[in-house]
Amino acid sequence: MLEISKLYKAFSLEAGFFAPVGRYVYAVNGVSFTMKRGEIFGLVGESGCGKTTTARLVVRTYPIDDGSIVFTDNEGAVFDVGRLDHKRLKLLRSKVKYIFQDPAKSLNPRMTILEVLTAGYRYQESWPGKRQAREEAAEMLREVGLSPDDLERRPADFSGGQRQRISIARALITQPELLICDEVVSALDVSIQGQILQLLLRLREQYGFGMLFIAHDLAVVSYICDRVGVMYRGMLMEIAPAQRLIEAPTHPYTKHLYASVPTLEPVAAGDPEAGQHARGRRAGGARTTRFGEVPDPTVPPAGAGTELMQVAEDHYVSALFSA
Amino acid sequence: MLLEVDHLEVEFATGQGPLHAVRGVSFEIGEGEVLGVVGESGSGKSVTAHSILRLLPGNGAIVGGDIRYRGGSVLQYSPAALRSFRGPKVSIIFQEPGRSFDPIYTVGKALEETLRAHNPEMPETEVRERSIQLLRETHVPYAEQRLHNYPHQFSGGLLQRIMIALALASDPDVLIADEPTTALDVTIQAQIIELLLELKEKRNLAIIFITHNLALISEIADRILVMYGGLAMEYGAAGEVLAHPRHPYTRALLASILILGEHYSKETLHTVSGGTPDPRRPEPGCPFAPRCPLARAACRETVPALVADGTYHRCILAGEKPEDLYARD
Repeated sequence: MLEISKLYKAFSLEAGFFAPVGRYVYAVNGVSFTMKRGEIFGLVGESGCGKTTTARLVVRTYPIDDGSIVFTDNEGAVFDVGRLDHKRLKLLRSKVKYIFQDPAKSLNPRMTILEVLTAGYRYQESWPGKRQAREEAAEMLREVGLSPDDLERRPADFSGGQRQRISIARALITQPELLICDEVVSALDVSIQGQILQLLLRLREQYGFGMLFIAHDLAVVSYICDRVGVMYRGMLMEIAPAQRLIEAPTHPYTKHLYASVPTLEPVAAGDPEAGQHARGRRAGGARTTRFGEVPDPTVPPAGAGTELMQVAEDHYVSALFSA
Repeated sequence: MLLEVDHLEVEFATGQGPLHAVRGVSFEIGEGEVLGVVGESGSGKSVTAHSILRLLPGNGAIVGGDIRYRGGSVLQYSPAALRSFRGPKVSIIFQEPGRSFDPIYTVGKALEETLRAHNPEMPETEVRERSIQLLRETHVPYAEQRLHNYPHQFSGGLLQRIMIALALASDPDVLIADEPTTALDVTIQAQIIELLLELKEKRNLAIIFITHNLALISEIADRILVMYGGLAMEYGAAGEVLAHPRHPYTRALLASILILGEHYSKETLHTVSGGTPDPRRPEPGCPFAPRCPLARAACRETVPALVADGTYHRCILAGEKPEDLYARD
């Protein structure tokens, strides 16, 4: 469904007259992966690792520097994202929808929910007319657990979790085939996160869309994703099924990342004395490895574009930084 | 006892009348202890912590209860006493280190200002030595050179270390850490937790660690206070609260967090329906009742009293909760 190969993107630092000349932030450096139809693929990594830039390139928020992104829709139509004309790009963007992290910032406070849901839809070729669109919007609100009565209300009337449901309804109204979820539960309370994840899983069951799921919370990613790619300095270090990355992380960076996640230690349970400071007691830990501080992003990393090696079925690892 | 918070009540004046943000919270903390305060947004956890330093915004006021430091009421402090309390006794660090520094001063200058605030006579060389020593203690690499750097030249993780160094400059007994790692990556978060635990050991520092992340709290806290709707729902030894939570809210919270390696199947996650209560529209009774699977009519009438049984918890159904309510499979 989605095939990304040797993708590159650098941002110029020349923002003004006094800015340094000819310096770039190398955000994405030779990323390649493919997604199957209906699959949930996760991208994880620390801030600045290029996961959001990769996702944004899929809907061509910025021009692609090098490499290609090819999306094939259910009818077999092929979209070479880097080379689409305006009309085809619009069509692509109705099939690939983006959901943002902060629903408070991504919903226009002046619009009613009906306007929010249909603002983009009305420019699509599939726009069915006002009356029909209103019915579809009402139906979509019901699907995400809200009421059709909410169509006339405004975003401020809703809580964070409800607003994220509205964002999901807005994305789904054009019947997309791929959803890009960029940190969609990060801004929500713990007890609300679960609701949204379950909702996404249920809707995927029903509509069969795939998801490119970006999050820094490894527990969330491992829960919802089929396969996960680990990014570091704009490059993929490891790709494997979600469960396999937890049980058999192979790349040193993956190990470092996964070892940092706090867990409710079983030892913490039971014995209140022994339970203290699971973290402190964990021998060695991942504390002071060479991945401690991310290097300067204005220096392009050596080895960008190196192909990953297959180490097991569905499990690929980069040779970079592993010695 | 080092620090006691006793039936604290905090109100904010709003256009729609008083907003009761903290509704009777009690806890205590001894030397070298870590108290984890966990709660969702609007639970009152930050307001509680800021009240200890009497750092409430202009429309906020402590309307009931008491805060005692080594037996003396902080609420009775004169302005001078308050100045020598904030910093030398209790210090605080915040969520976003990048926003807590003045961008036009070097970190050396920031440290100097803090050191001089409490010791105006301190000679130049000693200020410098103490600053370097503080940065080394918080593991900032190349401490001497980095004194001359500005905040924007540091990563978030390093800035948080410097923030901790600043908080330690006045040599406090208690450090309040208000979501200190929420804005940081997990890898950096693990390093900061390790640093805090090291400081607790070396300096016998007491820490009040505020977070919404229950898994994180299990790694650092000796005792845990669970807050919801401005109330202390459960309070007790960390192992006890995590292994045998008595309150349905604690149990729901524990059941709904995702733990790496425990949740593979997409079926096993429990979710809590509904949303967090709106403090502007308080309802009588237990604030968790609208979302609680065990709630009955009585729960919606009066706020339950704190019961001591293994942990302190605020639930009228104490003792009759079926164990397998949120059992993990």
